[in-house]
Parts: sequence; structure tokens; C-alpha cells
Amino acid sequence: MFDGILTVTVFLPAAVAILVALFARGKNADQQIRWIAIGATIATFVLTVMVFVGYDQDAAGVQMIDYFERWIPVDALKSSYLLGVDGLSAPLVLLTGILGMAAALGSWRIKKRVREYFLWLLLLETAVLGVFVSLDLLLFFIFFEFELIPMFMLIAIWGSGRPRYSAMKFVLFTLAGGALMLIAILALYVTPDVNTLTMVSLTVDGKYIPGIPELIAGKDLIIPASLIFGFFFIAFAVKLPLWPVHSWLPDAHTDAPTAVSVMLAGVLLKMAGYGLLRINLGFFQETNGFTIHDVAGYMAALAAFSVIYGGIITVRQTDMKRLIAYSSVSHMGFVLLGVAAVGSSAAHTSAAGLNGAALQMFTHGTITGLAFLMVGLSYDRTHTRHIPHLGGLWKKMPLIAIFFLIAGFGSLGLPALSGFVAEIMVFLGTFSVWPWATSVAAFGVVLAAGYTLWMVQRVFFGARPATPGISDEVYDNLIDANWVDMIPVVALAAPIFIVGIWPSVVTDMFDIGIQAVLR
Amino acid sequence: MTVQDFWVLSPEIAMALLALLVISVDLVTRSMAKVAAVAFIGLVAPVILTLNLWFGWFGDPATGAALFGTFEADKFSLFFKFLLLTVVAGTILASAKYIASDRMKDYGGEFVSLILLSVTGMMILVSATELITIYVALELTALPVVALAAIHRSKQGVEAGTKFFVLSAISSVILLYGFAYIYGYTGSTHLDVIMMRLAVIPTESGVPFGSYAVLLSVIFIVAGFGFKMAIVPWHMWVPDVYQGAPTPVAAFLSVASKSAAFAVVMRIMYVAFGNDALMQDWSGLFAILAAVTMTVGNTLALSQSNIKRLLGYSTIAQAGYILVGLASVPANQVGATFAGAGPHGVLYYLAGYAFTNLAVFFAVIAITSRTNDDSIEGLNGLLKRSPLLAGLLVFGLLSLLGMPPTVGFMAKVVIFGSAINANLTWLAVIGVVNTVIAAYYYLQVIRAIVFEDAVDESKFSADKPILAAAGVAAIGAGVFGLAPFLLLEFAEQALSIIPGL
Repeated sequence: MFDGILTVTVFLPAAVAILVALFARGKNADQQIRWIAIGATIATFVLTVMVFVGYDQDAAGVQMIDYFERWIPVDALKSSYLLGVDGLSAPLVLLTGILGMAAALGSWRIKKRVREYFLWLLLLETAVLGVFVSLDLLLFFIFFEFELIPMFMLIAIWGSGRPRYSAMKFVLFTLAGGALMLIAILALYVTPDVNTLTMVSLTVDGKYIPGIPELIAGKDLIIPASLIFGFFFIAFAVKLPLWPVHSWLPDAHTDAPTAVSVMLAGVLLKMAGYGLLRINLGFFQETNGFTIHDVAGYMAALAAFSVIYGGIITVRQTDMKRLIAYSSVSHMGFVLLGVAAVGSSAAHTSAAGLNGAALQMFTHGTITGLAFLMVGLSYDRTHTRHIPHLGGLWKKMPLIAIFFLIAGFGSLGLPALSGFVAEIMVFLGTFSVWPWATSVAAFGVVLAAGYTLWMVQRVFFGARPATPGISDEVYDNLIDANWVDMIPVVALAAPIFIVGIWPSVVTDMFDIGIQAVLR
Repeated sequence: MTVQDFWVLSPEIAMALLALLVISVDLVTRSMAKVAAVAFIGLVAPVILTLNLWFGWFGDPATGAALFGTFEADKFSLFFKFLLLTVVAGTILASAKYIASDRMKDYGGEFVSLILLSVTGMMILVSATELITIYVALELTALPVVALAAIHRSKQGVEAGTKFFVLSAISSVILLYGFAYIYGYTGSTHLDVIMMRLAVIPTESGVPFGSYAVLLSVIFIVAGFGFKMAIVPWHMWVPDVYQGAPTPVAAFLSVASKSAAFAVVMRIMYVAFGNDALMQDWSGLFAILAAVTMTVGNTLALSQSNIKRLLGYSTIAQAGYILVGLASVPANQVGATFAGAGPHGVLYYLAGYAFTNLAVFFAVIAITSRTNDDSIEGLNGLLKRSPLLAGLLVFGLLSLLGMPPTVGFMAKVVIFGSAINANLTWLAVIGVVNTVIAAYYYLQVIRAIVFEDAVDESKFSADKPILAAAGVAAIGAGVFGLAPFLLLEFAEQALSIIPGL
């Protein structure tokens, strides 16, 4: 079966990127490249909307399958080209479509090496989309690792501060996690009678293909299941990121260009959350000798610690970008907390908590993406992100201030915005399972309110500081965002309101996915 | 010779005639561009004749052997002939500018003609099914390369040529010694007859390969071809010759000569020593050689500062990965549910490696011919000076490193996967560790290209022919990585002729 839409969606950005890089010539090449790249991301966005809307919620299961069995036609390696979406991946595909478009639009002002910049940005979008729709572990791994190259280049070449150091740190952390993941994949594969890399059980062309979760259920694996679980967990913990392997994130975010921060916070971190749900949760419920239920309590504790630790560190930040980066550590802790709602046994599992984890990924993607976009717009004008140097920007840049405030309110969980729905779902779902950890983590929201409002207050509303970082002349000439800047901003703000007011548009979808993962 | 023989040998005959044609054209024209063009267009003839043998367009001459069963144009050999023809086409394109240069223009015709002759030898080599034919083909392969390596008559060039000549002579002697043992033991030089005789000769228990004669023979044969495959401990000539010889020759050697040697070793091992017990014995031998070759090649590459030497050591390490596939024999498999993938992996890896390595070498040729500096520091800031060449080189290096989704990654996955299947998990682990070691030196080169600042900021570009050759090679490395089935289905057909697969 080859539905085709997912293959086209995934490879459209890469194909356009390569064609543009090779063939755009002439005086106005840079301008053409901008337009074509933005056009490609818009087309991809439309395709992701089609995927999301086209998913038949009544039929559930894996849909829009692209299956090519003889992708690697040797019997020793049963890996096939298998793409498909289910309730878990469809909203994340949509999220990638939205953020990919916003990132390309937000890169309008890039002047340096435009051709390469958009090449890498579009390749990055292909890699991320590929991660979400791959249902073959080898394919998943390829996309998961491929994302490193564009990300490295984008940070190292177009970054500021210490770009090469940050890019290298990012690559080394992720590569180490990736190496562990590869070992885990091979260990699963060579377990007798598994010998497949299909991530979920599904039916293609009337043929039933059993997936790894089904094949390893009740089996002794070649190395202890706890070890394999651990390898996957570490790989995703690095990417999520969780304390104590989070330290690459603030550096990468601070030094990356705005649009890359948007992609990094918006969708790259979600690859880890997706992996936790799809692999750590999906594979290890019925394995022999060890299941995810055995460690759910530790995961809840780690999540609570990560939330609080991230929150406290965030309060101390004076750089706007670094502040938002650390807040990601805190917010992604909620994702793990939601995953921990799987509980100490199948009977204790709270599907609401798991749903909350998935929704938290979606909402954090849009909210933090918006926040980074607004920091970028503000920085473009003031040329500083140092909070004590700023103040009173509200009068000069009301639009930027308003949308910054929206991102901030979303982040701290104001009702009617999407962050509130996600957090309340995580708390309600997980409280019944891990009351202590949830109670502790709930303070993360208080911290979030603190650091977010304090920053917005100091940067936008307070009086200008006694020793301003920007001269009066610059301050007087500050201009607000224009309509070109506002397109990506609105594109990211819209889902925050939509999901906040009408959450079931994505939660229904996630629910189908979570039920399938829980089997 | 019968008509049948002529059909079966037609690609080789066409190739030899082309070599003569090129040297004749060289007599009447001074334009090296014309010489290269004649050679390149002339390649159409052997390509069509090879295609004919594969598809049987004009009747079906591929069935049955030629020349009294010493030569067989089976699909296995045709797979390698296609590969060799692709490589030589690329090499000619990439040398078009080089042979027109001042110091080369007097020998341009000879240069191209010698390459074509060497390829003729390789094409016979991959088809030979008899030991004497193998030996003769091997000599035809090696002697033109001696002249090619020394064609500059510079001190370095002559040193490279002499080194290659002496070592290739010694390796030939060792090889002959191995052939003599197996001939004395079985009374035949035909590979299939050797297999049959070995099956009926009683074996001594507790001796590898069932007898010391066979053991010595296999060791000598492997040692003899070890020089051509450039595996440790017969690798010493590689860096010196790569550095001293003209770079197009190094590119040609690193790919064509290696592929042909692996092809003939595969044929000898699977056809002459292909029964299950022997297979397990030589699998062990290749497993050890693989582990040593990968580790030594990568370790020595770490401290290189010359790009050509670094690539020399990198090709040694790559040969080690291919040996992993050779060691992963079907006889060792766990369970009966799998067919062997080791041989598939070898063919896939060789083809993927050919495209990758050519892209890298061609980019290096194009760059060093402008900068006249083949140190790694000479590549500093290349991305700003020549973005296209830099992109091609970085892509090729990432594929050599084994970064998803290039062919280098896929080939490694197939090879290591087949090793695990063949109960050689330890070898797969050594392979993965080596990949990580290799990442260091490949990334060092990439770092120089992308991040360092150039001393000389002037921009430059490459000539169209070499750019086309490097571009096609890089596209191949990308496409075969994303769509491994294109090559693997092809390999599957090629391997269907080996008994026991």
C-alpha cells in the first residue's frame, strides 16, 4: 500500500531545498530563495493540515500508510519503508507544519548565506516530519540522527555568542544518546523471534504485521529489558531535556538564530516526548521481568525535580532567551510527569495524564515557539537581551509586548489559553497516581508565573532602568513589528487560543493515539 | 575460439580495442580534450556489450562459460563490470583537465590508455574461474598501474611506482605459491573442480580447512590478494602510493582495484572453498583480518595531516568494514529463517563505497589542482571559497563516516546486521566502535572546511567534467542510501549464481 501523502509531506521541503540550492541563480537569487523556501513550508503546512483533517477518527488505528517492504531487500535486515500516522503522531505532524512555516517566515531578515540557510532549515523540517511518521525503527533512527546535521550547521554558522561551542555541545550530547539508542534497537532486533523493526502492529493490504510491542510481550530479551528501556530513556532524556542532561539546551538556544530556536523548542524537543510515549511506553508494558510500571514512580519523582529545578534556575536568568530556554526544561518536565501517569500497574494507569503529556508537547511547541519569535523581534530592534538593560518597551512596541504577554500567559497556564488545558490534564491525571510528585510539580506553575510575569514586567512595562543598555536615541527610534513580522506571530498565536478554547480538536486525536499505545 | 567465446568476451575485447584506439588518436591530435572525449564516448561500446550480456538482447550468450571453462560472464561478474565501467568513466572525466596540464600533455594518451588496459584486466579478473586466468588477469591489472603511478617521473612518483611494483610482484609470488599448493592438492586449477575434489578428499580432524595444504593455500591466497584489497597487514604501500601517484590514479586504485580484488576473493572463497565446513574456517580468518584492518586503518588515520594520506588510511579502514561482510557467511547463521546477507552486504558496500569515495577523491582533485596544497589545513575555509566543491566533499566525508541517510550508513547497517546474524556480534561491536573513532578524523576535515578561516580568501570553481563526475558520484551516494533496494535487488541477482546462496 502506498498512500503517498506522507512521503510527499516529508520529502517536499528537502526536495525543494536541494533544487533551490542547486538552481537558484542570478542577481535576485537570495530573494527568490526566500520566496520559494517560504512557499515550500506553506505547501508543507497545507499537507500537514490535510493529514490531520484526513485522519479518520472513527476508524482509528494507523492510517495513510506508505509501505514498501523491499526497501532493504536482504533477509538479515527486516526493515521496511513504513510511514503512517495515528492519533499520537497526527497532531505533532500538524505542529511541525505550523512551526516550519513560522520559522521560515521568521527568517525573512536573514542576510548571511541565504541559500545555505534555507537549505538546512528545510532539511531540518524533513527530518523532524520523518521522525513523527516513521513506523520502522531504523527509519525512525535515521531521521532522528539526520536532524543533527542541519541543526549543527544552523547554530554554528548563523548563531551568535559562542555558536561553535554550543553547536558542538548539542551534537555531542545528542550523538551520545543516539549511540545508546542504536544499541537498544540492535538488541531488540536480535532477540530471537523478534527480528523486525516495525514499531506498531498494523494491517497493510490485508496482511497483519506484528509490531515490536506485541512480539516482545512476555519474552526474555537478549539483554535485560530494563537496560534497553534505559538506553532509550537516556536518548530521549537528553533531547527532552531532563535534569541532569539538560545543559546543552540553554547554550544551544541562546546562541541559535531566532527561527532555529523556534524549531528547537517547538518540535525538536517533541521528538523526545514522542519517543517516550511511542517507545518507552509503547514497548515496555508487558515485557518479561521489567515493565515501565516498575519505574513510573521514579519517573514521576525525576519529572517533579526537573520541573522545580528548571523553574528555580529560570528565575535567576537575566538573558531573555536563556530564561525561556530554562523554562523549557521546567515545562518539558510536565511531559515526563504525564508519562509517569502510566502508574505502578496497568490498573492504575491514568489515560488523562498521558493525554496531558501529549497535549503539553503540542502547546509547549506553539507557546515557546511564539516566545522565541517575540524575543527575536525585540532583539532585532534593541540588540540586547539582557533584562536589566531593558524596560519601558511597551510604549514603543505595543504589538510585540502584547504577543509576548500572550506567550507568557500561555506559559504560566492562564485559563482559555492552551497551556492551562495541558497542565490541568497532566495534574488531574497524574494526581490520582502520584499525588506527592504531582503536588510538588504543581509549584512549577507558581514559579512559571513568577519568572514570566517578572520578565515581562521588567522588559516591557517597568520604567527604563537607571543604566539602560540602549541609548536614548535608539530607544526613541524603536519601531513596532510590521505586518511581515506579524504573519508568523499570528500563525503561532492562533493555535494557542484555538486549543485553549476548544481543546478537543487535538485531545480527541491524542486520546485515540494513547489508547492504541496502551492497547 | 568459438563465436560464443567472442560474445562472452566482447566487453573485454571492446575495452582493449578502445585502449588501442585512444593511443592512436593521441598520435594524430595534440588536443588532450579530444583524447579524453574519445575514451569517454568509446566506453559506450563495452557498456552496451555488458548490458547485452546481462539482458541477453542479441540472443543469450551469457549461458555457459567461454575459453574451455576458464572465463564466465555470469551476473556476478557483470555486476562488477558495470561498477568498473562506471568508475573508469568517472576517472576519465575527472582526469580530462589533468591530462591537458603542462607536465602531462605529452603522456595524456598513454595515461588514459593505461587506465583502460588496467580495467580490461580487472574485467577479466572478475570473470575468471580458473587460477591461471586469474593470475594473468591480475598482472594485466597491476602493471599499467605501476606506469601510471610513476608517470610524473618525479622523485615521489618514481618512489610510488617502484613501491607498487615491488610489492605487487611479491604479492603475486605469494599468490602463485598459494595456487600451487591447491593445485598440487586437488590436481585442478578450475575453481568448481577444486570444490568437488575438496569434498571427496578425506580431511584430517582438528586441522583448520581439513588439511595443512589447504590451510597454507588459503592463507597465501588471502595474503596475495590482501595487497590489492589493501587490508592490514598488507596495507603499507597504500598511503605512500596515494600520496605519490597522481590523484586520479589514487582515486582509480582506491575503488576499482579494491572492488575487483574483493570480487575475485569472493568468487574463489565461495566457489572453490564454498562448502559449509571450509566456509566457517575462512570466515574466522576474515573476521580477524576485518577487526585488525578496521582498527589499524582508523587509528593511523587519526594523526594524518595530508588529505591524500588520510584518505589512504580511510580506504584501508573501509576495506575492513567490507571484510566484515565477507566474514558473515551463510554457514554461520543463527536459525534457519534467514538467508545470508553477508555477500549482499559486500556488493552493496563496495558499490556504495565506490560512489562515495569517487565523490571525495574527485572533489579533492578539483580542489588541490587549484590550491596546490594537499594538507588538511589547505582546506580551511573551503566553504566560502568554493561552496559547491566543499558541499560535495563534506557530503562524501559524511557518507564515509556513515551518517544517516547516506549510503555509507545504510551499507554499514546491512554489513553489521549480517554480522550479528552470522553469530559475529563481537565483530559488529568492533565495527561500531571503529565508526566512532573514524568520526573524529572525518569531522576534523569537515571542521576545517566549514569553520576555519582561509588564508587565501579567493574564490574558485571547478571544471565542468570533474564537477559532473563528482556530482553524479555524490548523487549516487545519496540515492543508494535513501533507496538501498536499487542496488540490493541488483546484488541479489548477481549473487544467485554463487552455489550455496
